[in-house]
Amino acid sequence: MVAFVSENFVPVRVHVREQADEFKRLGERYGAQWTPTVLVINPAGEERHRIEGFLPTEDFLAQLSLGLAHEAFAKSSFAEAQRRFADIVERHPDTEAAAEALYWAGVARYKATDDPSALAETARQFKKRYQKSSWAKKASVWDRDEGSAATARQ
Amino acid sequence: MADEKSAISWSHNLEAALEQARSSNKYVLLDFTAAPM
Repeated sequence: MVAFVSENFVPVRVHVREQADEFKRLGERYGAQWTPTVLVINPAGEERHRIEGFLPTEDFLAQLSLGLAHEAFAKSSFAEAQRRFADIVERHPDTEAAAEALYWAGVARYKATDDPSALAETARQFKKRYQKSSWAKKASVWDRDEGSAATARQ
Repeated sequence: MADEKSAISWSHNLEAALEQARSSNKYVLLDFTAAPM
């Protein structure tokens, strides 16, 4: 974890008691009222991702990676975003972040290629893994068979 | 995770960290903590 953080971030820590004034100032600025709260902040000082509460190391790393992937997506760097999201699924498949990453990898691929089959393929992947996640429900609308059935029911 | 996080070289100055992030093309990781320092 130390290497990943050093490679991608400048780490800053503010302590609720030992830096009470700074904690209050930054807590008000970023709306942090609980510890641990970890924010990914871009160089302009804007929050890009938030992790609230304790997470085991692998989940924490997956969440940090999710933050970087979402930032690439927000900058319309869709190929980079797809790579980062897919990497989370590959490296951290048993974390909660993985299902979200699988969803957004499909969206990023679609945005990068304008190929709707990227979404249908993502929906099919959710039939094999993370079936009970909210992300699987969100992706289900992309499944052609499911979509056709829904249309037929209307 | 607490032990691993404690191994990170944390700074305590956000403004300086933002400046460093700008010059090194990185993001800032801001940890609001109650963990022993």
